[in-house]
Amino acid sequence: MNQEELNKKISEIKDKLIGYEQPLANRIYLSCEAENSYALNKFLFEDVPLRFVIATGIDSEDCFEILYHYAYDQTGCVVTLKTFIRDRENPSVESISPFLPAAEWIERELHDLLGIEIKNHPDMRRLILADDWPEGVYPHRKEAKK
Amino acid sequence: MSWKIKYLKKAPWVFHVNTGACNNCDIEIVDLLTPKFDVERLGIKLVGSPRHADALLVTGGVTAQAAPRLREVYRQTPKPCVVFAIGACACDKGIFTNGYHMVGPVDKIIKEIDPNAIIAYVPGCPPKPEAIISGVVKALSAI
Amino acid sequence: MKKTIKKPVLSIGPFHPLQEEMEYFQLTLDGEIVTDIDMRISYNHRGIEKISETLQFDQVPFLVSRICGICSASHPLAYVRAVEELASVKVPERALYVRTIITELERIHSHILWAGLAGHFIGYDTVFMWAWKYREPVLDLLEEITGNRNNYGNVKVGGCREDIPNELKPKILKEMDEIAKKMDMLIKAILDDPILHARLKGVGILKNDDAIKYAVAGPTARASNVAIDVRADDPYGEYSELDWNVIVRPEGDVFAKVVVRLLETLEAVKIIRQALKKIPDGPVAVEVKEIPPGEAVGHVEAPRGETFHYVRSDGGNRPVRHKARAPSYVNVPSFKASCIGQHIADVTITLAAVDPCYSCTERLAVVDGHNNITHDYEELLRLSREKTARIMREA
Repeated sequence: MNQEELNKKISEIKDKLIGYEQPLANRIYLSCEAENSYALNKFLFEDVPLRFVIATGIDSEDCFEILYHYAYDQTGCVVTLKTFIRDRENPSVESISPFLPAAEWIERELHDLLGIEIKNHPDMRRLILADDWPEGVYPHRKEAKK
Repeated sequence: MSWKIKYLKKAPWVFHVNTGACNNCDIEIVDLLTPKFDVERLGIKLVGSPRHADALLVTGGVTAQAAPRLREVYRQTPKPCVVFAIGACACDKGIFTNGYHMVGPVDKIIKEIDPNAIIAYVPGCPPKPEAIISGVVKALSAI
Repeated sequence: MKKTIKKPVLSIGPFHPLQEEMEYFQLTLDGEIVTDIDMRISYNHRGIEKISETLQFDQVPFLVSRICGICSASHPLAYVRAVEELASVKVPERALYVRTIITELERIHSHILWAGLAGHFIGYDTVFMWAWKYREPVLDLLEEITGNRNNYGNVKVGGCREDIPNELKPKILKEMDEIAKKMDMLIKAILDDPILHARLKGVGILKNDDAIKYAVAGPTARASNVAIDVRADDPYGEYSELDWNVIVRPEGDVFAKVVVRLLETLEAVKIIRQALKKIPDGPVAVEVKEIPPGEAVGHVEAPRGETFHYVRSDGGNRPVRHKARAPSYVNVPSFKASCIGQHIADVTITLAAVDPCYSCTERLAVVDGHNNITHDYEELLRLSREKTARIMREA
């Protein structure tokens, strides 16, 4: 697929998106609500298909964001799916590890560092923080600074 | 001078401990064994267990996960022994000073269980193999 | 959901073999065959992404250069690419060539280091000593160019901090000739050695579909027929202007990974020779006054695979969020797929083939739940070397 064909393929899921930006020919940023994250990730990984790179978790004051980064190596395009988790009290998102083992570690890390519940994760144990790190202290949350 | 110190000064057997280092210091330490520097001809030997060691070469600024292990290794090492803090992280956490997961540096962790521990510092990021050799030799001559 | 491990457990972890707690790598055995694996990575967690938020944009390269010692040119370059994309910076051409030369020099010494370690794990200690000896001149060269053997501190937002003086060109070219000669020798020795074929072929296979499911990168991917290389896919530096090849192998075993890395070293030499010929005169940096609000990504091909950084800015002089992904983050979990079904004697070389940081592979200690025998790193190494010796005897 060339870049135009890729753009067309991705627009198949336009109805599930709340935002679409393409600041450069080979940089696409899609936005969605948390409840559509699973279906959109599945589409990007299995149907397009794209290569999973990593996920970035951000504490954005009024919500949490998980940015799933994918690459389409034939055109050097990086596609980022921004998932907005509006519920700050009980942030949660569906795990994509069942169809994407590559996401297992980063989902555990998101839980460790941001306290986001990853539903149906095959192995939700502490990954990156020490054994004796206190429960409920999430270093990447804004309040951790205080 | 106790016979242990005497042999320690002559031909120290060292055990390498990584407490969360980026690997640069660790690779420079392994470099010491390779033909260009070849510290074995000076009697310095890298051993596989702290129980056989006269000295510890410690790298890394000590992450929260590594701290208990470092204390355990120090306990296992027969005394007297010398702890070498190799690299900026081991000496003073280096560029990771503000890291939430850093509980070091090395001397802080060691002194928690042995306030009289013998600790030598070899700064650098990473210290060149020549610097490590020089640091080790200087420290051993000073004991 | 908590996992309960019922079968005898092989614990691969740091320093002390008699500790009972879960360590770095925990393998489940059935007899002498690996059936499952569990990993912890909290030892090396230094909280770098959070530290980034306390630094100014131009201080971050010094921090990320120390994420991993042998990828210390790649991390700052990936970060800087992201910031330059954010701020729409046009980097001078000479700077792109300088960056290319330094990253390829790093690739050379990293792959040679790896070859030495791989030799060490299977009992070819001559290869270990030889490889690390011939790595030294490359480090000396990097020290002459950048001031340090590692942690070059050469890359900055807008270009490079230091230029490669034209007087150094003949020296670099001479060293490339030396490296090419040595690599030719090593490659021939390895490709022609029936013991190595018997020892490494069919060992630690990572199947193509597992390579995709685990989203692996670098030589680990290319040796399993996944033809990805950021230098070719999303070119940076001047890779699209130079003539070189992406090395791909279909077998997915340790031998394939060895071949990919060795041949890549020769490609790196090719790239450096061309870069030195084509490098134009001119400045090596532009001044970048402000980073506007926005977000961007930057990725480069480190020796271990794709290094990926994401940066978000709010217009201030510090990043609001900085994500750094090393290639080992996706490569090491794939050890699960390549190690299951393997014999205990092949565990060290299978892990080493994924090329994690050196200290990861050093952290091997074994606790056999059934017999309470402890196998430490030395013991696993011995088993690996014994297998090589056995193959030599039977040859």
